[in-house]
Amino acid sequence: MTAKHDLELVKVTKRYGPTVAVDAIKHRFQPSSYTCLLGPSGCGKSSTLRMIAGHESVTEGAILLSGRDISALPPAQRGTAMMFQNYALFPHLSVLDNVAFSLKMKGVDVKKRHTKAGEMLELVDLTALADRLPDQLSGGQQQRVALARALITRPEVLLLDEPLSALDPFLRTRMRGELKKLQKELGISFIHVTHGQDEALALADEIVVMNDAVIEQAGAARDVFNAPKTRFVAQFMGGHNVIALPEGHFAIRTDAVAITAPQKGRLDAQVTAVEYQGTHVSLLSRITGDQEITALVPEAEYFTTPHHPGDQIGLHWDAKNLHQLTA
Amino acid sequence: MKKLLENRNVTGWLMVSPLAAILLVFLVMPIVLIVIVSFWRATEFSIIPALEWDNYAFLFGSPVTYTVFLNTFKYAFITWAFTLVIGFTVAYYLAFHIRSLTWQIALFLLCTIPFWTSNIIRMISWIPFLGRNGIANTTLMSWGVIDEPVEWLLFSDFAVILAFVHLYTLFMVVPIFNTMMRIDKSLIEAARDAGASGAQILWNVIIPLTKPGIMIGTIFVVTLVMGDFITVRFMSGSQSANVGRLISNDIALLQYPSASATAIVLLATVLITIGILLRFVDIRKEL
Repeated sequence: MTAKHDLELVKVTKRYGPTVAVDAIKHRFQPSSYTCLLGPSGCGKSSTLRMIAGHESVTEGAILLSGRDISALPPAQRGTAMMFQNYALFPHLSVLDNVAFSLKMKGVDVKKRHTKAGEMLELVDLTALADRLPDQLSGGQQQRVALARALITRPEVLLLDEPLSALDPFLRTRMRGELKKLQKELGISFIHVTHGQDEALALADEIVVMNDAVIEQAGAARDVFNAPKTRFVAQFMGGHNVIALPEGHFAIRTDAVAITAPQKGRLDAQVTAVEYQGTHVSLLSRITGDQEITALVPEAEYFTTPHHPGDQIGLHWDAKNLHQLTA
Repeated sequence: MKKLLENRNVTGWLMVSPLAAILLVFLVMPIVLIVIVSFWRATEFSIIPALEWDNYAFLFGSPVTYTVFLNTFKYAFITWAFTLVIGFTVAYYLAFHIRSLTWQIALFLLCTIPFWTSNIIRMISWIPFLGRNGIANTTLMSWGVIDEPVEWLLFSDFAVILAFVHLYTLFMVVPIFNTMMRIDKSLIEAARDAGASGAQILWNVIIPLTKPGIMIGTIFVVTLVMGDFITVRFMSGSQSANVGRLISNDIALLQYPSASATAIVLLATVLITIGILLRFVDIRKEL
């Protein structure tokens, strides 16, 4: 069953000569949802996005959107639109003409396309700057122009290639709120490539973690964060300890590790470093076998019984918080 | 002395002075001299310092002047049109079709190889090719395309323009290639994402963004062609004239004041032409 707006990757492979950038990945994206493709640089997430957009050919496999194979279609006929990493606004065109560009290509007359572009600018709250050139805008404003330009084609899926990486941290947090709001308003799918796990957690209904050309884990943001399946996911998502116990490898959230007196916990450890982080204090300790475990203790709790490097402590956790890793 | 050198103003002036001196001695002084001489009086056997408008009056009163200036503009315009089309195509190919930077540089250097020989040699080598019994005519006759030699191949406007295009196309390729290389490739993807066809991308994205390069190339070609005299003399077999030849003829006849006046008028014409061209495109971004 393929519903409308349903995007599915079927054994999609991308090879550049002998190197495999994307290795037969299979995934069905939730319709009308916000999905983040997350992974370190070179993991194949951008290639995947560019194949969906049609800017990169698919070596093998198929990409299905609303039930039809779009993998051989030109970008504009796929029902996708892409927002580029550096926004790729046309420097010689005004904001209004940038947004109206795709309508101009279709041969829509000036008056009509400017009216429509004006509506899109209203959506992203840029009506006042319609006559400016891209150079005269701030990063956040440029991004909204790029959004309006992508959305004017009425895509079923909007593809965003690291859209927030060019912004400063403060603006990044604000823009991701706007992106999420816009996705809810429009009710179309957003597929967002990023290497920042905080960005993915904040935005995504579904996170797809990629590494080494394959999908490591896909699922709801909370599931992926709370129950990482592999060592890579646990380490990449952050906030986890990966511990080798006699029964196998396990992941446990740093804030699920509690500090007790020596011999009172599950393991004994020696504190190696303490880092004050504002709301929490991060306590780095070493257990037998030279493994390091981080415990994230709420600030107030830490300062009632402070520990210092060299102190012996016990580490405790609930068994249900321990997740076995497959790899 | 040390204190003097620490003064930012003084060091600033010292740093610009070598270039300023060179420009003053080799550019400003000669032009001033030419301006002065253009007001002198010349007879068949003498040149008398004076301040009179006779040379200019004669120049603007003679119908030959207008024909020759018109001819100069004609050469400049036709050469410009051809070099633009060829130069743009070559630059486009190098910038957008060749993917690897190594090949781009290699092919670009290949374009410059003809420039290792002198202008005159490259020009003269057309003569045996285009002549009455030259390679072009004999080949065309052996193919049966023509029955008797084509006369207009050499010593004609055709030959002049052919030589100009050959000599100056690179001056169009270089600045256009340079501007094209600076176009962000994702702009082209963005245009394709918006449904633009190849021709639409060319017209709506590449050409507008290449305009400054086109303008710099245009200035090169137009000034080179308008100031030329040797190509016109060789390739037209002394049958056509441009302003450069007018000046060189005057010099040959030792009519320096008249030559100076013509040179000043040519200089003014070229400057006005460039002034008009710069009204169209802002090239500051390229400099």
